[in-house]
Amino acid sequence: MQRSGQVSATSLPIGSDADLAWVRQEVRQCAAGLGFGLVQQTKLVTAASELARNTLVHGGGGRVEITPLDNGRSRGLRMSFIDDGPGIRDLELAMTDGYTTGGGLGLGLSGAKRLVHEFSVDTEPGRGTTVTAVAWVTQVPASRPGL
Amino acid sequence: MSQPLPAHSAQVPVLALGDVLLVSLQGELHDGMAEQLQQDITQRISTDRMTGVVIDISGVDMVDSFLGRVLAEIASTARLLAARTVLAGMRPAVAITLVELGLTLPGLVTALDVDRAMELLNQRGS
Ligand SMILES: Nc1ncnc2c1ncn2[C@@H]1O[C@H](COP(=O)(O)OP(=O)(O)O)[C@@H](O)[C@H]1O
Ligand SMILES: [Mg+2]
Repeated sequence: MQRSGQVSATSLPIGSDADLAWVRQEVRQCAAGLGFGLVQQTKLVTAASELARNTLVHGGGGRVEITPLDNGRSRGLRMSFIDDGPGIRDLELAMTDGYTTGGGLGLGLSGAKRLVHEFSVDTEPGRGTTVTAVAWVTQVPASRPGL
Repeated sequence: MSQPLPAHSAQVPVLALGDVLLVSLQGELHDGMAEQLQQDITQRISTDRMTGVVIDISGVDMVDSFLGRVLAEIASTARLLAARTVLAGMRPAVAITLVELGLTLPGLVTALDVDRAMELLNQRGS
């Protein structure tokens, strides 16, 4: 059975590039507090920065919900980036390295996915996008398929 | 509070050491500031006739694809203005993360620290 262990979920607005800095700082502090090592913290903060920028630039702004997790064996962090922007028409294409509709490098979605343990996108054209990323504190570096 | 809040991040110090510009990035860099920095560096290369740029990122705890692209663009623009760029002092955790993100910055010359970056520019200049 999974205890969700939601001690304190934090919700932050994403409406400007100053907000992106706040999101990074909050994720860094939360991850450090949960016992994530430096490399994992850096991966989480980088994934958060990519996904929050997508919420801002492609989604027209929104918010992030940051939730500490505890499944009984390890602690983790869930970040959900939520907007009610245009949505993603072709998710498979959007998840391709290098694909961008906005003049970026096209590494945000695909790269963020590689930086965390669980990754999901819930999107519908015209209704918005929610991207959820979860990482767990690992003692030994996790080996993941595709690496 | 001793740490500056992200909303009031400090200006980026840009120093001239001879004909080399030393840029020290620290802490939180807003997207807008990164773009401003790109313009400032380019301007100073051309008006002050700089032949090299060292970007010290030892104080930077995260490089995402936006900042990575700004750094790569600074280097390409400098190259067009006959100046060489060396990225100095990347933290190991940042390097590991960048590779996993898929951003290997192939066009960027790197050095472990500012001293080595300056050496590199001097060597290649002679
Ligand atoms: N929150 C979002 N809302 C709408 N479209 C999005 C969102 N996030 C990503 N996308 C789409 O997916 C594409 C790929 O995203 P990403 O990999 O981050 O690359 P980039 O942001 O550099 O374009 C974007 O160009 C955009 O078309
Ligand atoms: Mg992106």
